[in-house]
Amino acid sequence: MMISRFVLAILLVCGQSALAHAEEDIFAEYRAMFGDDSPAILVEMDGEALWSTAAGEKAVSLETCDLGLGPGVVDGAYAQLPRYFQDADKVMDLETRLLWCMETIQGLDTIDLRDQPFSEQGTPQTALEQLSAFIASRSKGLPISVPQSHPKEVEAFESGKRLFNFRAGPHDFSCATCHGQEGKRIRLQSLLKLNSPEGARESFSTWPAYRISQGSVRTIEWRMADCARQQRLPGLIFGSDFAIDLITYLGVQANGEAMNAPGLKR
Amino acid sequence: MTIRPTSTLTLVFGVMIISACATNNPAPSPAENLLTRDPVATSFRPQGQASLERLAQDDVQRICSEYEGREIPADLVAMISAESASSVVFPADGNYFGDWRAGKLIAETGTGLQSNDDPSKPNGGNCYACHQMAPDEIAYGTIGLPLVNYGKLRGTSEAILKYTWTRLWNSHAYNACSHMPRFGANGVLTEQQLKDVMAFLFDVESPVNKEVVSP
Repeated sequence: MMISRFVLAILLVCGQSALAHAEEDIFAEYRAMFGDDSPAILVEMDGEALWSTAAGEKAVSLETCDLGLGPGVVDGAYAQLPRYFQDADKVMDLETRLLWCMETIQGLDTIDLRDQPFSEQGTPQTALEQLSAFIASRSKGLPISVPQSHPKEVEAFESGKRLFNFRAGPHDFSCATCHGQEGKRIRLQSLLKLNSPEGARESFSTWPAYRISQGSVRTIEWRMADCARQQRLPGLIFGSDFAIDLITYLGVQANGEAMNAPGLKR
Repeated sequence: MTIRPTSTLTLVFGVMIISACATNNPAPSPAENLLTRDPVATSFRPQGQASLERLAQDDVQRICSEYEGREIPADLVAMISAESASSVVFPADGNYFGDWRAGKLIAETGTGLQSNDDPSKPNGGNCYACHQMAPDEIAYGTIGLPLVNYGKLRGTSEAILKYTWTRLWNSHAYNACSHMPRFGANGVLTEQQLKDVMAFLFDVESPVNKEVVSP
C-alpha cells in the first residue's frame, strides 16, 4: 500500500513526461528479458539457409556474392554498406546488392521481390528480409565503417544530406520535420535527431530490427519507405537513389558505432 | 545534299568546343555532380492517392528545404510571411466556431492523404502528434507548443480568433518555414473542419479548457 502510494506520488510529481519515459522503459525491459536472444534469430536462421540454397536459372547459391569485402565474405560486410560497386557502377545498400546477386549470379527472376520487398503484416518474411537479418547479424559488434573513398559514395552522402531537408507533399514534411531536433516526440514515441552523429548511430546500428508491434523483422529500406508514406509522398521505389542516398547519409554519420543488428524495436 | 557537309561541320565544331570545355574545367565536385542526377525524379511511383505531382515543390517548400536548420535571409522571411498572410481565406459567414466534439476527433485523427489512406474518409488534423491540448490526454507530442487552456488563457477577441485561424490556415504567415502543415492553404482540412478545431481550442466546454479532476 505504502509502495503503491509512493509510486503514484512519483508519477504525479513527474507529470506526463514520465509516462513517455515509462513507455521507453517497457521496451528496454523487454529487450533486457531477451538478453542476447531475439525473435529475429529465427529469421536469421532462415536467411542463413537461403544464402546457401541453389536457386534461379543457373541453379547456384548466393555464396559467391560479393557484398563488398570479396566474393562470399559475409562477416563484417554489413557494417561497410552502402558502398560503391564497380561491377554495377553504383552505390548499393545490402538489399539492392542482394537483388543484384540474385539476378546476375543466380539468374533469378526478381520482379515480384522488387515489387514487394517487404512482407505484409502477418505474412511470412520475404527472402530479402531473411537474408538481411542473417547478413546483418554477422557484423554484430563490429564498428560501422561506411566508406567515403569513391566519388559516388561522397555524392550519395551529400545528396542524402540534402534530401533529408526535402519538403514536399500536402503536409510540407521533410525528414527534418520529425528528426531534426533533439528530444522531441510524436504522441508518446521518442524521435531521434538523425542529422547528428548521436541519433544516426543509435538508429543505423539497430536496423534491420525485429518490430515487436508488427511481429516481424523490418529492414532499413522498409523504414525509409514507411517514413515516405507518413510524409504523404508517393511510393518510395525500393533501391532508389533517394533511399540509398539517405541510408548512406545515416551510415556515414554513424561511423565508429558498433553494429548491433538485428535490433529489437517497438 | 548540301545539308550533310554543313551538319558535319557543325558537329566537328561542336565536338571541338565540348573538348575545349572539358580540358579547361576541373572535374566537377560532388556537389556539382548532384546537378547531373535527380533522385527525387527517379525514386518514386504513384501509390494510392499519392501522385507524383506531390514531389513538385512550391516556393515555400523549396526555400524552406534550402534553409532548414539555418537562418533564412530577411527578404525571404518577409516574402513568405506576406504571401502566406495574404492568401488566408477567412470564414465567409464570419463565424469561426463549429463543434468542439468534431474538432476533438480531428485533433486525434492521424490518418488522411497517406498513400494507404481511404480518400473517401475525411482527413485528420493529427494535432496531438505535436501539441499537448486537453490536459487529460497523455499521448501528446512535443514538436509544437503546448495548447492547454488555449481559449481560457487568450479569450475570444476578434484579433485572437483571426490570429488562430491564420495559424491553422497557413502558419508561415507568423513563422516563415514553420514545421506546421498549412492545413487551410494546402486543403488538408476543410473550412468546416477548421471551425471544429477552432471550437476545440476556444469553447469553454472543450476539454482543452477544462481542468483535470483528480480521481
